[in-house]
Amino acid sequence: MKLKLDRYGLGLVKGMGVTLRHFFRRPITTRYPERKLTPSKRFRGYTLVWDRDRCTGCATCAKSCLQGNIEIVTSKGTENNYVVEKFELDSGRCIFCGLCVESCPFEALFLGLEYERSAYRREELVLSKEQLRLVPGMQRSGYAYPKIAASLPQQDLLLEGKTGAKER
Amino acid sequence: MTLWPAGNYWAHFGVFAAIIIAFVLLMVMAFIWFERRAFGPFQLRWGPNRAGPFGFFQPIADAIKVLLKEDIVPAAADKLVHWLAPVVVFLPALLIFAVIPFYKGHGLVPDLNIGILYVVAISTMSMVGVFMAGWASNNKYSLLGGMRAIAQMVSYEIPLVISIIGVVLLSGSLSMYAIVGSQDIPFFLVTPLGFLIFLLSAMAEINRGPFDLLEADSEIVAGFHTEYSGMKFAMFYLAEYGHALAMSAIAATLFLGGWRGPGDAYAAIGVMWFLVKVFFIFFLLIWMRVTFPRLRVDQLMGFGWKFLFPLALINLFIVAAEVVYWGDITWWMVLVNFGAAGVLILVWSRLFKLGGGRVEIEA
Repeated sequence: MKLKLDRYGLGLVKGMGVTLRHFFRRPITTRYPERKLTPSKRFRGYTLVWDRDRCTGCATCAKSCLQGNIEIVTSKGTENNYVVEKFELDSGRCIFCGLCVESCPFEALFLGLEYERSAYRREELVLSKEQLRLVPGMQRSGYAYPKIAASLPQQDLLLEGKTGAKER
Repeated sequence: MTLWPAGNYWAHFGVFAAIIIAFVLLMVMAFIWFERRAFGPFQLRWGPNRAGPFGFFQPIADAIKVLLKEDIVPAAADKLVHWLAPVVVFLPALLIFAVIPFYKGHGLVPDLNIGILYVVAISTMSMVGVFMAGWASNNKYSLLGGMRAIAQMVSYEIPLVISIIGVVLLSGSLSMYAIVGSQDIPFFLVTPLGFLIFLLSAMAEINRGPFDLLEADSEIVAGFHTEYSGMKFAMFYLAEYGHALAMSAIAATLFLGGWRGPGDAYAAIGVMWFLVKVFFIFFLLIWMRVTFPRLRVDQLMGFGWKFLFPLALINLFIVAAEVVYWGDITWWMVLVNFGAAGVLILVWSRLFKLGGGRVEIEA
């Protein structure tokens, strides 16, 4: 006869064993300011990236925006083109749906990878074209652009052994 | 007893009172840090790691924060009792250390001939403070917490004291110094069941771990200290860890052999052994707290009265019979007591029934 130890307090000992195993496991949380996880390749980060050279000032993005959030003012240029004088995004009201990025016919607008966008005042969240401009070092998300996504690093997953976050 | 500034009782008492207060406050800080830091890995996170190396200054930051907070007293509270309660809760934790021998004869009064009796008498006092806090707050949850504290204390004091009597029988003395001196074999080996019962009832006594019913957040807000804030709340926090420290120190003294260990001829190593044992006991408390869910009130009472109390009594009889039969602490005792502990726990867990929390009323 097999001795059943279910009701002899063995569960308590087993539970203690489980917690002790956890004690010696590596924590799955990251120490955020020192270690940052790589976000998803198609991350809809809290900013837009605007390519000045490709933008023709057609304002398709402004028309597709559900919030009416993108303010674009253009003037006639000398070479049969439009010069974008003002390109402003209120990121405090933006829902980062990505419709503007999808609708851009000239591949001039992208979502960003940045996520540390908190500010003390709402006015600081209104981003001008200088802040949104694509400059070297500004990262573009692969959202709606599979080519960019292919060039981005793999996302860090908070699974055992996969916390490949680098100390920065 | 060795008087440290030799010859003068008052100088000795003054110096050691200062040492004990400093020791308790520092150790409470260390315990708060240790517990939070140990909770981290248990829950697969890091624990405090912002303030200082390994978050070591976190308790200091918390203390400063809590000191700067406003002290709110409810309008309908009993002001004097409300003010007095935190002191009454904290003081016993400090007083217990008067009889704890830190190293050989060094301590305030380490060889007080009724040492352990004094500890038992003093440690109970804090419950009066808890009830005072619960009653004076003029808050139903506080009062419920205070009532629970009293019920819990009354139930768990008995197995606690009976398991201590087993140790007293083995060493033949009530003095903490003599109890440590007689532990050539540490008493947690000689009476494993007594150690277990002491640990569990001590956990209930200091309201920790699965027995923290009197501050069950999901039921009665924060129990007796719901209406406390600022420094008064800090006193309760201090007292909670002070009692944990006191119980760890008593367990280390009674069952793990206090300062004794390899190389205890040197005072520093002896004190280090004592602290290591204190932290080991506290780690056990943390481990149990992090593992088990909070008990229900009837489970708590049932566990105390139907499980711990009879086992403590039987253990006491076994130890008494062994002391009469062998007359001295031998390794045979260890063997017999480990067997007896195993059999008793198995048998009693079969007999132990809670009644499923149902209350049947006869018509």
